[in-house]
Amino acid sequence: MTTEAVLPADLETALPTTLFRFATAGSVDDGKSTLVGRLLHDSKAILADQLDAVARTSADRGFGGDKGGIDLALLTDGLRAEREQGITIDVAYRYFATDQRSFILADCPGHVQYTKNTVTGASTADAVVVLIDARKGVLEQTRRHLSVLQLLRVAHVIVAVNKIDLVDFSESVFRDIEADVQQVGRELGLGSDGISDLLVIPVSALDGDNVVDRSERTPWYTGPALLEVLETLPAADELESHLESFRFPVQLVIRPQGALAPDAVAAGLDVEAYRDYRAYAGQITEGSVKVGDQVSVLTPGQSPRTTAVVGIDFAGSSLQEASAPQSVAIRLADEFDVARGDTITAAGTVREASADLYAALCWLSPKPLREGQKVLVKHGTRTVQAMVRSVSGKLDLATFKLEGASSLELNDIGHAQLRLAAPLPLENYLHHRRTGAFLVIDPLDGNTLAAGLVKDHPGDHEDERYSI
Amino acid sequence: MSTSLTEETQVTDAAVSTRLSSLDTLESEAIHIIREVVAEFEKPALLFSGGKDSVVMLHLATKAFWPGKVPFPVLHVDTGHNFPEVIDFRDRTVERLGLKLVVGSVQEFIDRGELAERADGTRNPLQTVPLLDAIQQNKFDAVFGGGRRDEDKARAKERILSLRDEFGQWDPRNQRPELWNLYNGRHTVGQHVRAFPISNWTELDIWRYIERENIELPGLYYAHEREVFARDGMWRAVGEVSQPRPDEEVITKTVRYRTVGDMSCTGAVESNAFTVADVVVEVAASTLTERGATRADDRISEAAMEDRKKDGYF
Repeated sequence: MTTEAVLPADLETALPTTLFRFATAGSVDDGKSTLVGRLLHDSKAILADQLDAVARTSADRGFGGDKGGIDLALLTDGLRAEREQGITIDVAYRYFATDQRSFILADCPGHVQYTKNTVTGASTADAVVVLIDARKGVLEQTRRHLSVLQLLRVAHVIVAVNKIDLVDFSESVFRDIEADVQQVGRELGLGSDGISDLLVIPVSALDGDNVVDRSERTPWYTGPALLEVLETLPAADELESHLESFRFPVQLVIRPQGALAPDAVAAGLDVEAYRDYRAYAGQITEGSVKVGDQVSVLTPGQSPRTTAVVGIDFAGSSLQEASAPQSVAIRLADEFDVARGDTITAAGTVREASADLYAALCWLSPKPLREGQKVLVKHGTRTVQAMVRSVSGKLDLATFKLEGASSLELNDIGHAQLRLAAPLPLENYLHHRRTGAFLVIDPLDGNTLAAGLVKDHPGDHEDERYSI
Repeated sequence: MSTSLTEETQVTDAAVSTRLSSLDTLESEAIHIIREVVAEFEKPALLFSGGKDSVVMLHLATKAFWPGKVPFPVLHVDTGHNFPEVIDFRDRTVERLGLKLVVGSVQEFIDRGELAERADGTRNPLQTVPLLDAIQQNKFDAVFGGGRRDEDKARAKERILSLRDEFGQWDPRNQRPELWNLYNGRHTVGQHVRAFPISNWTELDIWRYIERENIELPGLYYAHEREVFARDGMWRAVGEVSQPRPDEEVITKTVRYRTVGDMSCTGAVESNAFTVADVVVEVAASTLTERGATRADDRISEAAMEDRKKDGYF
């Protein structure tokens, strides 16, 4: 009943931690739940009452025989419906922190609907950890996972070769698997495309080798442990902030017209000065912006209008500069009409909006995609009607080849051409992970049908590499 | 800045300074979600109990629309067993921000015979019916909640925008995949959406944010002297609806609350955390989850939250 307050030594003086999002992907028996449990347990994210519950269940089930012990996989045990059926239904999000970073972990189930789950988890991830069983090596499933990660442009792919204890910590087993992984990486362009990197680490999730601390049982491995890697890799926003590509989809217009917040007025807000206040609220999806910058306002159906940023506001503070992923409100020099669905960009950096959309679609619905189908496309803050003109092929994720196809089914990834009812400022997903992404939505029931990744138009400079 | 710095050093400095802290990143994500819901829905409302998570939610909403007013009403499901100081706090906050308050009352449903008091006296599970009634009566199509994924296994799998059917039910097997920062809130007549903008925050994030933003909370979150008795391994406050049995000894202790539900099921913890800074230290060092430590309603079964969510609970 008592929570004893013990002051962690550097809590008061520590620098603010940064956020890092990663996902895990793997097959049924490769020990993913144990690895996630190990990361949570060894980073002390598991509290006493949770550990007690797991210890009781481990004992009830006779885990570890006479030796006993705690089945760490139970720490990630999910819903009752899942326990009853012995399967994992859905992506689960988990949280832990070290002195350096706060982590958001998207734990993606491997066996059922792996494409749907991996695409979902990877879409927001800075890094993805793919598990391989050291006794089995690179399987078709591994190739599929790596293929999806390359498509989604995940910045850091970490392959954890698990159960290294079950192959007697053999260096030669690890080196063979590592070579196979690097071979797959080369075929995909993963780790050599200037966008992603690919790391391979030998681990034992069960015993903790190379998970949080480097293991003495793998003296031939001189690289970092998994957690060290996760603590030091740059987050995707850090990488992308180097691009000179400010992108800001307008969410809504803040224009109080006298309906000012009473608490702000009570705190001394100059009511007269804010009578005609007008700012465009949104989240910077890429790049950065400064007061005085020239920007283009992209409104579908109109030519881009250029103006200057005169203010960047956030809840009463005026900022000189802001960058992704900050939510701010931007004021512009010219008072022309700007509305939700418009995009503000660094001046002259986006090609013309287009009503022809070429894309890779990750099909996430049990309803198949048909040519001629009417759908909705949600891109940035705008949703438009669209028609599927044609499906031009389906990717074989194991061989990385495009096969002929005229429809897409659940968990398929294929290429398609759509005609939009209004032009959108589409950008190649390869270079713009936010403005190159869109959802395909069923107009009948509102469900999400597909994750879309914008490709260049055929005939434009097309990327040669296997890719979207 | 010294002019002798090389260009390289300056670039490095700039890169470091532009990296947001985890709290800034979480705040920015939450504000983006709040704005999306306001832009895409006809009639949103925010669940506001005076509990710390809902107070943080309301604070984020004021930041999202500054200098304008928060453009939606707040909704409180009143169990009738609330701590009086929390109701006071609720009313003062609503007044300060010029908001409309909608109250769904568990007591009124009991009085009308539409809900029955439970044998254990706990009213938290009874909130579902008045909640759905208020949503229907007011035609709310989106309801913001302060639910966090670190609270519970069921919440860990719930989407940020969670579609509910006519009965308010959550179907964990039929959730929309949530991709990038593109939220799909489309719904048909009768359906509504629960929006959880602080899904990715932990209890410690909440407290660090309260400290950083200097956010006022009801006083019972901080250490104070209170008459309590021990029940179910928790310290329960003595009050009108929370009376000790003859064998339960009443003593005065220095306690605080980690969660604020109704008086009949929320326990206090012994604590000397008198200030928000003390609480941050205490939470960082705590060895128990907030719900495990202080909520009788979540201990009923291992799947307690999952069952209630499927039935339309927060």
